[in-house]
Amino acid sequence: MELIVDSRKAYAYTGGKPFDPTLPCIVFVHGALHDHSVWNLLARWFAHHGHAVLAVDQPAHGRSDGPPLASVEALADWTLALLDAAGVARADFVGHSMGSLVGLEAAARAPLRVNHLVMVATAYPMKVSDALLTTAREQPLRAIDMVNVFSHSSIASKPSFPGPGMWLHGSNRALMRRMLAGAPGLDGSNLFEHDFRVCDRYANGLQAAAKVRCPVTLVLGERDQMTTPKHTRDIAQALRAHTVTLPAGHTLMTEAPDGVLNALREALARPVEHS
Amino acid sequence: MPGAADPGFDTLALHAGAAPDPATGARAVPIHLTTSFVFESSEHAASLFNLERSGHVYSRISNPTNAVLEERVAALEGGVGAIATASGQAALHLAVATLAGAGSHIVSSSALYGGSHNLLHYTLARFGIETTFVKPGDIDGWRAAIRPNTKLLFGETLGNPGLDVLDTPTVSALAHEHGLPLLVDSTFTTPWLMKPFDHGADLVFHSATKFLSGHGTVIGGVLVDSGQFDWDRSGRFPELSQGYGGFHGMVFSEESTVGAFLLRARREGLRDFGACMSPHTAWLILQGIETLPLRMARHVENTRKVVAFLAAHPMVSSVGYPELEGHPSHALAKKLLPRGCGSVFSFDIKGSRAQGKAFIESLKLFSHLANVGDCRSLVIHPASTTHFRMDDAALAQAGIGPGTIRLSIGLEDADDLIDDLKRALKAAEKAVA
Repeated sequence: MELIVDSRKAYAYTGGKPFDPTLPCIVFVHGALHDHSVWNLLARWFAHHGHAVLAVDQPAHGRSDGPPLASVEALADWTLALLDAAGVARADFVGHSMGSLVGLEAAARAPLRVNHLVMVATAYPMKVSDALLTTAREQPLRAIDMVNVFSHSSIASKPSFPGPGMWLHGSNRALMRRMLAGAPGLDGSNLFEHDFRVCDRYANGLQAAAKVRCPVTLVLGERDQMTTPKHTRDIAQALRAHTVTLPAGHTLMTEAPDGVLNALREALARPVEHS
Repeated sequence: MPGAADPGFDTLALHAGAAPDPATGARAVPIHLTTSFVFESSEHAASLFNLERSGHVYSRISNPTNAVLEERVAALEGGVGAIATASGQAALHLAVATLAGAGSHIVSSSALYGGSHNLLHYTLARFGIETTFVKPGDIDGWRAAIRPNTKLLFGETLGNPGLDVLDTPTVSALAHEHGLPLLVDSTFTTPWLMKPFDHGADLVFHSATKFLSGHGTVIGGVLVDSGQFDWDRSGRFPELSQGYGGFHGMVFSEESTVGAFLLRARREGLRDFGACMSPHTAWLILQGIETLPLRMARHVENTRKVVAFLAAHPMVSSVGYPELEGHPSHALAKKLLPRGCGSVFSFDIKGSRAQGKAFIESLKLFSHLANVGDCRSLVIHPASTTHFRMDDAALAQAGIGPGTIRLSIGLEDADDLIDDLKRALKAAEKAVA
């Protein structure tokens, strides 16, 4: 579905069903150099089980117009504006990696508009090493290969994603390359470096957590080398979050799609308590 | 996974897509000889059918053993995924049928396996898909042949049987200029010798019957997608960028940004045409792939020795191997195939058809049969067998003469192969025209 947000085209995948704003809405927010398609199975499942789904392409990613936005805070505002454009007053937010920070910030900025927050493969602070930032700037294809390896815990994840016969390393690499080629970053950067810097610079996590009023669940990969579970302790405590750990790496939705689905069903069934 | 780089080729050949079986601990890939898979509940069944969950339903569409093969070949090629098919021909048909329909047009290299030529020239034409054939090295010819209704450019990495090396970087760039994908048949090269995706190809298929299996035991094919081609941006493929009535209006390029082609190929072509692979076949091909790097190195090593012997033999008028300086593709081969040009090549005997016949019938180690890529050495006369359906003009365009003989060099001791050829050439010399 195409919408206009801040005078630019914005795209959201609706899970294979026409979007119905009268249904309970779930917003899926992807991570760095990804697009809506990383949520494909989950988006389809919820769209066919009584929900309205908006799996967004962030500005300059996938089918949404650029330029990219400069910060997690700006992305949160953009996502809330997208809800306005879609006619949605309140929604559940599910974000992956960089997208989990966007969800956190949105839940802080508009606490009464977010029913549940699920942060998949998250960490705070989400620091990126100088070496990786430099590689992303100077050799983005090499950086993609590095991140691709760090993001996967196995070369034999079953049943694969979105279906059998898909090679997850290859799929993730191709998707990141597609995003990289699709749009530049800001200030002369490429989109990979840009996204990494957005993660790296975000410093409002604990302040944002104090403003969040909805139930929060962290879904973590026990073998995640990008956002390691040990780096969630402070943010989990600040959010009083329920934590689910799955046997997977950073790309949880593709390595353990059923595990994430089960975790989301449980998380989104928790009573809404806007404290 | 340790390290900051993907595992190497040899490691992927053994491990990609497979882990010890969680139910039994079996280390080797189990053969899942079952038609169907039990649903956990009605809801689970419905969500599998509706692509809300990943999993297996029915072995025509997917099977756990086949999935290991598909992931492994995709890993070796550097693709996003693959589909195992009943044969290499089925893989070619699946690729074409996913992208083309009545009124579509294909531009193809003329240097093709006879069966592929037949499919394109005769059979697909009957269903309204027309093909223009161009010499693989004629770049202007490729360009001139592209029409508004063209859907695909197609060639073999090493053309059968003359071993014209397809200029994959140039032809793929030309294809992309026109918003078209390049499909290549990489059977002769395997990913060990060449990864076509690194050179711009968008889709690759193999007759896995040949080197991937490597033992002459099973028929199978594999179709691999690079995930690099942007079907939406091209604007030529409503099959992938607009709703598909056969699956509740699914728009495949929305569902999967980089896997749209495979999604449709599996959900339409494999489902409806049904040319799937047996899990037992998949298992045997996996056994072959585990030793692919070792075998390919030996295939190439033996072939170089045999080529050197034949090139120096007075009864041989020409040897068509791209590593030889006189081969028209020599420069391209040096650039694209630094590890070698495979183990299938042709040569011409000086003399009559009768002498050619005497040569083949005098061979003892070489088996006279219609296959290549076996661990055993093979021989055939293309004009009367694999390419017999082609008329003289088409044969000439494909670089095949009446006296051309094709060899597939196996893994035997090279000295024994050379002795066998020496003996047969002597017999040919004695056979008076």
